[in-house]
Amino acid sequence: MNALPYLDPARTQKLLDALNRRILVIDGAMGTMLQSYKLDEAGYRGERFSGGCDAHHAHGTACDLKGNNDLLTMTQPDIIKAVHTAYLDAGADMLETNTFNSTSVSQADYHLEHLVYELNRDGAKLARESCDAVEAKTPDKPRFVIGVLGPTSRTASISPDVNNPGFRNVSFEELDSAYRDATRGLLDGGADVIMVETIFDTLNAKAALYAVNEEFKRRGARVPIMISGTITDMSGRTLSGQTAESFYYSLRHSNPLSIGLNCALGATELRAYIDALAQIAECYVSAHPNAGLPNAFGEYDETPEQMAKTIGEFATSGLLNIVGGCCGTTPAHIRAIAQAVRDVPPRALPNQDARAA
Amino acid sequence: MSSPPRYTRLSGLEPLVITPELLFVNIGERTNVTGSAQFKKLIKDDRYEEAVDVARQQVASGAQILDVNMDEGLIDSEMAMAKYLNLIASEPDIARVPVMVDSSKWTVIEAGLRCLQGKGVVNSISMKEGEDVFLEHARKVLAYGAAVVVMAFDEQGQADTKVRKVEICTRAYRLLTEEIGFPPEDIIFDPNIFAIATGIDEHNNYAVDFIEATREIKAKLPHCHVSGGVSNVSFSFRGNETVRQAIHSVFLFHAIKAGMDMGIVNAGALPIYDDLDPELRERVEDVVLNRRADGTERLLEIAERYKGKKGEAIVEIHAWRELPVRARLSHALVHGIDQYVEADTEEARGLSTRPLDVIEGPLMDGMNVVGDLFGAGKMFLPQVVKSARVMKKAVAYLIPFIEEEKARTGEVHKSNGKIVLATVKGDVHDIGKNIVGVVLRCNNFDVIDLGVMVPAQKILDAAKKEQADMIGLSGLITPSLEEMSHFAREMQRQEFAVPLLIGGATTSRAHTALKIEPHYKSPTVWVKDASRAVGVAQSLISKELVDAFMEKIRAEYAEIRERHKDRGAAKRLVSLDHARGQAFDGKWNDYVPPAPNKPGITVFDDYPLTELVECIDWTPFFNTWELSGHYPQILDDAIVGEQARELFDDAQKMLREIVAEKWLTARGVIGLFPAQRVGDDIELEDGTVVHCLRQQADKPPGRPDFCLADFIAPKDSGINDWIGAFAVTAGIGIEPHLETFQRDHDDYSSILLKALADRLAEAFAERLHQRVRKEFWGYATDEKLANHELIGEKYRGIRPAPGYPACPDHTEKATLFGLLDAPKNTGIELTESFAMYPAAAVSGWYFSHPGSQYFVVGRLSKEQVEDYAKRKGWSVAEAERWLAPNLDYDPE
Repeated sequence: MNALPYLDPARTQKLLDALNRRILVIDGAMGTMLQSYKLDEAGYRGERFSGGCDAHHAHGTACDLKGNNDLLTMTQPDIIKAVHTAYLDAGADMLETNTFNSTSVSQADYHLEHLVYELNRDGAKLARESCDAVEAKTPDKPRFVIGVLGPTSRTASISPDVNNPGFRNVSFEELDSAYRDATRGLLDGGADVIMVETIFDTLNAKAALYAVNEEFKRRGARVPIMISGTITDMSGRTLSGQTAESFYYSLRHSNPLSIGLNCALGATELRAYIDALAQIAECYVSAHPNAGLPNAFGEYDETPEQMAKTIGEFATSGLLNIVGGCCGTTPAHIRAIAQAVRDVPPRALPNQDARAA
Repeated sequence: MSSPPRYTRLSGLEPLVITPELLFVNIGERTNVTGSAQFKKLIKDDRYEEAVDVARQQVASGAQILDVNMDEGLIDSEMAMAKYLNLIASEPDIARVPVMVDSSKWTVIEAGLRCLQGKGVVNSISMKEGEDVFLEHARKVLAYGAAVVVMAFDEQGQADTKVRKVEICTRAYRLLTEEIGFPPEDIIFDPNIFAIATGIDEHNNYAVDFIEATREIKAKLPHCHVSGGVSNVSFSFRGNETVRQAIHSVFLFHAIKAGMDMGIVNAGALPIYDDLDPELRERVEDVVLNRRADGTERLLEIAERYKGKKGEAIVEIHAWRELPVRARLSHALVHGIDQYVEADTEEARGLSTRPLDVIEGPLMDGMNVVGDLFGAGKMFLPQVVKSARVMKKAVAYLIPFIEEEKARTGEVHKSNGKIVLATVKGDVHDIGKNIVGVVLRCNNFDVIDLGVMVPAQKILDAAKKEQADMIGLSGLITPSLEEMSHFAREMQRQEFAVPLLIGGATTSRAHTALKIEPHYKSPTVWVKDASRAVGVAQSLISKELVDAFMEKIRAEYAEIRERHKDRGAAKRLVSLDHARGQAFDGKWNDYVPPAPNKPGITVFDDYPLTELVECIDWTPFFNTWELSGHYPQILDDAIVGEQARELFDDAQKMLREIVAEKWLTARGVIGLFPAQRVGDDIELEDGTVVHCLRQQADKPPGRPDFCLADFIAPKDSGINDWIGAFAVTAGIGIEPHLETFQRDHDDYSSILLKALADRLAEAFAERLHQRVRKEFWGYATDEKLANHELIGEKYRGIRPAPGYPACPDHTEKATLFGLLDAPKNTGIELTESFAMYPAAAVSGWYFSHPGSQYFVVGRLSKEQVEDYAKRKGWSVAEAERWLAPNLDYDPE
């Protein structure tokens, strides 16, 4: 992977320069923001799917599309753009594309596998347009598009059937193929980096990174890769059982720009594992925690101030290069976090030579 | 800027960073169909579950990487590789280590890599088919995120000389690092270990070639590793394990010094270089280092001497002695080896700032591994007790240093919690309690063991004084149940709030729920066996867990009480008259009871132990150690067999010492007396009355409600009949030995000795009963039964013991002891609850009637209890207290 040149060397250089200077801020949750629009089935379907099918593919009304947030990229692009812009205005340097579930494995739940390339390409395009518009006003502060590859709804190293531990409901090959289509779309749509995120099964991530690498080889060029895993609970392990250290060692071969953790836990609970990564990672370290742990109603209620205070301490302790929010975070959270880390120097890489080797 | 160390970082569920301190990484190889016939058979027979156990054993015995190979013509290797890797991925105790995907077929390797979430190792790739294929495979390895073993093999073939080995490895290294940017620390060279001493001169230098090539490869090619399959080197000595292991030991000694840092080794079987027989070592070294032309002949000369003498010619010491001290301590704890623990502890102390750091660091780490394995059912009680022995010895060694430190700084060790343990008043049985103590100590609980026969107030005072976090009570005989109930009431009255744990053979969840828990408001929990003790104690001590845990327990107990309330309708007792009306019929008109050859009392002052050893019933011995299964099949059990064999060996060894050095004296007494049935009692000539209880179950016609008295001819029949009695012990003289073990911090031997004394006492009872039938009473002179048939009670007559189901009243032991003058004749004493001391003792009655059989008296109606009280001269309340476990009604 190292041997390949960057797809857009100038933009990548801007990103590396920014990371050397300061802690970069990623945006917050998309889902939380979309809830406020209270879209119904018709809202999700928009014009394109109102008749139950689109131009390319018959798709009956029998299958609900409500809840398929990634589809809003096509059916409600203005809403997605509005959310993107709100986060950029709050101080985010990096936007995550609205493509968390845009893989054939996840879209199969809606019978929309055929849209995967389009969802990724258009998701990246929307984020690109949002970034470019804001960046035009503040050229000294470039904004970057993170092309998101989500975990899918299946696990390659855990059996869904407790009575049959050797069974798997998805294979490495299936994931490889799904992630290749998604990656192609994200790169065509203009993503500056690819992020494999919310990884709860490291084998899924290995398949994603394998697919991304194959797509890079096909193009003869690459973009930086970000990796973000999920420690599911206070056991300090991923859902598939790995410690934070093991998780990093399993994926380090992809020579990532950053390694980090997101989701499942709030910032307070996540600290020990971010610290573990910060101690061993040769690359940058990222964190985008939830707004606390869910309350009795499954809602996240940590305030922007609380969250920013906790994350501010991460930063002053030298753990962070990239920070943002996951479930339950809003532009207010991102604004508070951006302010908290604005004047704090980023975590120094352990050794620049080691990374270049 | 200085370049940081480039360590190989592999991962399973947990990381494996190969730092120089690791010295040598052990690769487990039994999960390899080409190397293990057993594993091959399991895979071929589709017995994957057992095949998974092979991996578990490998990891448990110290494999840091697991080599998996499915290369066999009759196996679909790709399918088998994926299936097996998916299965072991679901076993956290296996999946914690990285996997080495081993195949000569690239498609199999790729199938394996697609199943690994961690960073594994590919074994192997080579330049056999040229550079292009080699690099293509290496790129794939990189994309899948694995390290790689590179064989010293090129287009010309396998490298045999040092020059060829170095040349091929150097070429491969350059290609990998320069052409495709392969991280050098992820390259592991296998420069081919070939057999030496084959009789072919060209082979004589193979070991030297490997060792010298290793030295040069490690010097020339930065960050890489060198590995190999060690057993190849000694192939020509197959069948002579001692010599083979010596060759491996010498070879590794030199190869590791030269830089070999990984290998497929059967670590458990490896003697240490320094401990080899010097003559053998010298001749092996001549061969390994190719020091003289006649080396092979000279080794062959002496090799025969070592054949089949494994463990005699050499002291068994293991490769783990080469590890850093921390790892050695952990190994010693997990494997229960106490041989070196003091020296290792001293070395660790030298490396620590404070002596406490040794306990809180390496020792606790090791014990945590033990605790985890035990908790997961991967380790068994005997092993845990052995581990505890190692721990205790290490701690005992450190204590003077800790005291000194404490005097200076005032710092103390922090434990998980403090528990006061005791066997209750009137009871002397403590094997189970001691095991629980050991297991809790292993899990970093402070255990204050008050011993046996401890009065309630003494336990409560100790708990208060020590500020204990919980109290654990144990008991084996039924009167102890009442004492525990009393204890719970006392705790409540004295306003205790710490949890109460209940355990021991007669205790039960139902009894705890019905008779103990209702009396005490704070947590009261029955603990089924030692293996549950830790979980319960941890749940009770944890602020996070205790509420949910107790909610569950309390709900369970409430449900039991509820069910108990509704009971009765289904199983109503019959009236005492009705039960007596369907008593066992001895057919006294057609039967003449045998008169004994030797009536009266016979004393056995010092019964030969050798005779008892043959009569031992081993099954209960294994049960004591919570190894379930029947002897002798248990020795070959798939799960506990290995452990059972080890325990059995230790037991045999100690038995030999017990007999040879006469640690124990077996004393016994028997008596045979004329007797007649009067009602439900048995009257003896001297006026002694043996009181018996009768079943009151509602039985169909023809099925009697038994009472022991039914087996004796009734007074009014005019027939002469007899009853026998016996009391035996094998525990005389046990105390000084227990004290020695205690002083030596050796719980394992202490528990082992008690368990063996118990077995000998039981064997004594069995043996005497046999002799009574054949000689002293003599009604079965022609009986010929093997030991297993004796154990199966395939003989005529029974020997029920007071306190057991056929005669549940423990106080009848007083009658029995009086008849036999047992305290004087055997040295056995009775406690206030009628437990026998020494605990390794058995007493009971002999009945000779051909129809006599064991039965369970079961529940008693108030009517029978009142009748029994009258016969015994007790108040009804007194009868209810002694018969509490059998009452069918609530006396309160």
